[in-house]
Amino acid sequence: MKLLSAAHLDRCIGCHSCSLACARLVHKQFSWNTAGIRIKSAGGLSRGFEASICLGCDPAACASACPTDALSQRSGGGIKFKRDLCLQCGKCAKACPVEAIYLDSEHNPYVCVHCGRCISFCPHNCLELREVPDREPDRADDTSAHSTDSLSLPTSSADTEPPHAH
Amino acid sequence: MRINPDVSRVLHVDMTTGKAQILDFDSRARHMGGSGLAAALYEAYGTPSAPWDDPTEPIIFAIGPLTGLFPVMTKVVCGFRSPHTGQWTESHAGGRLGLSLRFAGYDALMITGRASALSALEVGSRSMQVHNVHYLRGRGVFGTGRELRRIGRHMSGHRSTMRIGPAGENGLSFACINVDSFRHFGRLGSGAVMGSKNLKGVVVTGDGAFELPGGDSKALNKLYKDSFMEVTSTSKMKKYHDLGTPENLEPLNELRALPWRNLQATSDPAISTVTGKYLAEEYLLRKAACAGCPVGCIHIANLRQQFGEDHEYLYKQVSYDYELIFAQGTMLGLSDPQDILPVLDETESCGLDSMTTGVALAWATEALAKGIISEEETLVPLQFGEVDGYLKALRLLTNAPNEFWHTLGRGGANAAAKKYGGEDFACVLGGQEMAGYATGEAYYVSHALGFRHSHLDSGGYSYDQSDKPKDAQKASDFLVSDERDRVIINSMVGCMFARKEYSLERMQECLHVAGFTALSDTLAQAGTDMQHLRWKLKFDTGFVPEEQTIPKRFMEVTNWKGQADPVYLQDLRNTYTNAIRTMAGAQGALE
Repeated sequence: MKLLSAAHLDRCIGCHSCSLACARLVHKQFSWNTAGIRIKSAGGLSRGFEASICLGCDPAACASACPTDALSQRSGGGIKFKRDLCLQCGKCAKACPVEAIYLDSEHNPYVCVHCGRCISFCPHNCLELREVPDREPDRADDTSAHSTDSLSLPTSSADTEPPHAH
Repeated sequence: MRINPDVSRVLHVDMTTGKAQILDFDSRARHMGGSGLAAALYEAYGTPSAPWDDPTEPIIFAIGPLTGLFPVMTKVVCGFRSPHTGQWTESHAGGRLGLSLRFAGYDALMITGRASALSALEVGSRSMQVHNVHYLRGRGVFGTGRELRRIGRHMSGHRSTMRIGPAGENGLSFACINVDSFRHFGRLGSGAVMGSKNLKGVVVTGDGAFELPGGDSKALNKLYKDSFMEVTSTSKMKKYHDLGTPENLEPLNELRALPWRNLQATSDPAISTVTGKYLAEEYLLRKAACAGCPVGCIHIANLRQQFGEDHEYLYKQVSYDYELIFAQGTMLGLSDPQDILPVLDETESCGLDSMTTGVALAWATEALAKGIISEEETLVPLQFGEVDGYLKALRLLTNAPNEFWHTLGRGGANAAAKKYGGEDFACVLGGQEMAGYATGEAYYVSHALGFRHSHLDSGGYSYDQSDKPKDAQKASDFLVSDERDRVIINSMVGCMFARKEYSLERMQECLHVAGFTALSDTLAQAGTDMQHLRWKLKFDTGFVPEEQTIPKRFMEVTNWKGQADPVYLQDLRNTYTNAIRTMAGAQGALE
């Protein structure tokens, strides 16, 4: 089971090549928003950069909030997404504790599926797919499930079908 | 959203009414984008006979068809009437503005009119609003940026913040527009144009998304990846992301082509503490990139300053480049980064163009030493190598407390030298203070007569460094043809640093796979037509090549080739004048 990690984001120069690659290759769009990874400045460019990215929760609050199971729990962390089931209600984005889900103007959700296609477009090797060890899902009321340091998820050959892949 | 391959989508904001219109501006196959689009918009909406600060005159921020679609296609062309020359001109900047405009859905933002109160403009794919920011009157660039970031905070990272400092509000003819803290529309006074419109800042939010254009995503993805690998894995861009443009300081000093102390010298052993390597090893804090460029050429120095006893320190992040180190370092006789960086930081805060400011202050320093002016004019002692006077001078220049500083700030060294004397050593080539290349005849002529009066109009400085014979016709032909190539890449709008990667053929290929097939077919001719249109607009707004001066100081310079040859220089000047007059009068083939 692998999860995408912005492990070395302190090397980031803010080129947005990862977001552009995700939008272009995964979602067939030309955008820096409609992507599973998005780069923000931490308060103007002088403060450096942050990445909005799915942390691979298990259980995933976004999947629990989804009323139609368009987002469903991915074994080992994160979610699977079926676009044709999506009502575009936006509850998933509200439920995400780290604001990793982007809603476009029609409320279509965009979230990382940990496919790793962005990695080769990072010029400073900020990103990596990390193998995470097996473990039991966190309790939904255990807030440590949302800490990057506590990520430790079961291995799985989970489906990595990207949302919005046509 | 979908990109229309045939017309440019322009948001025209009238600051007088606070209202905006969306224009479908025809046709990309003729005006391309960027430089060409700005010129074509001025042709359609400008009034060449009006003064530069007439409220009806536009300031235009234009991107190109390839912006964001391919790596290093990241720059924005600002087209405006220069307060420094009065003429139609351009300045270019990067940062996040290119991609923000792209994803806001506009090929250009054109601003006319004058707001009744100091204002900030906010634009996005579904938004346009004018904010009253009277409370920012007189605020510096950094503080203004912090306040303007309150606008569109939810799109942090996907927006761009342009702003002017007090220099722009006060109408200095070389006030710049700061873009995202570390980039600038630097030269020829675009900041004063914003100031004349009572426009303190512009926040562009890139909150839209497009269908992938062109219909052949595989071909587009392959071409993107090929270009990405070229600029990140080969040596083509190494100099820019390694030491950056300051890499050139040492070799130009060795060639005796680096201006020192108002170009009284072209080489100095003091270079050892201002080389690109020294700056990188001792001061470089980190690098940053323009959005859409994986190269990351923005070099940011860590300036640590003690402000009190008991080890009280502050730190500042100061971006540096070759031209800044030349203009506000060697040109002022400063060779300690601990002196140069505070000058750059203060210049930034005032919202001044660093290059013009440095060269203007260098003239004032020599004029003071020669007794042409006195401290009654300068109010502070100015002496090469003494940083304190220069730090005070920046505020005097910005606030103009007397006639001397008022004159220097409105027309630069040329205007002050005409009034007080010392024209022989005012390092101004034609309409603008020099760039940092004392390389010889081709550079002097290309800067004095060039469209932007810039070393970037064409590669005159590199032509001087080649072993070409003194053939005025060949040199003039090179300047014309190199400018044409630059007009095309500046219309896409790519960074000039990537001009080796983006040949004409490569740009045509990019346009083709992205669906701009008509423009792909006309690209070469469109480049020629827009080159001609730019010259026409420059002449229409008052340019007289015969009136442009190349002061005596340039003829006294001794570099690795010796002194400039006055006969060859005059020959080249005459030949190039004929060439640009011919271009200005040419009829476009695509009209």
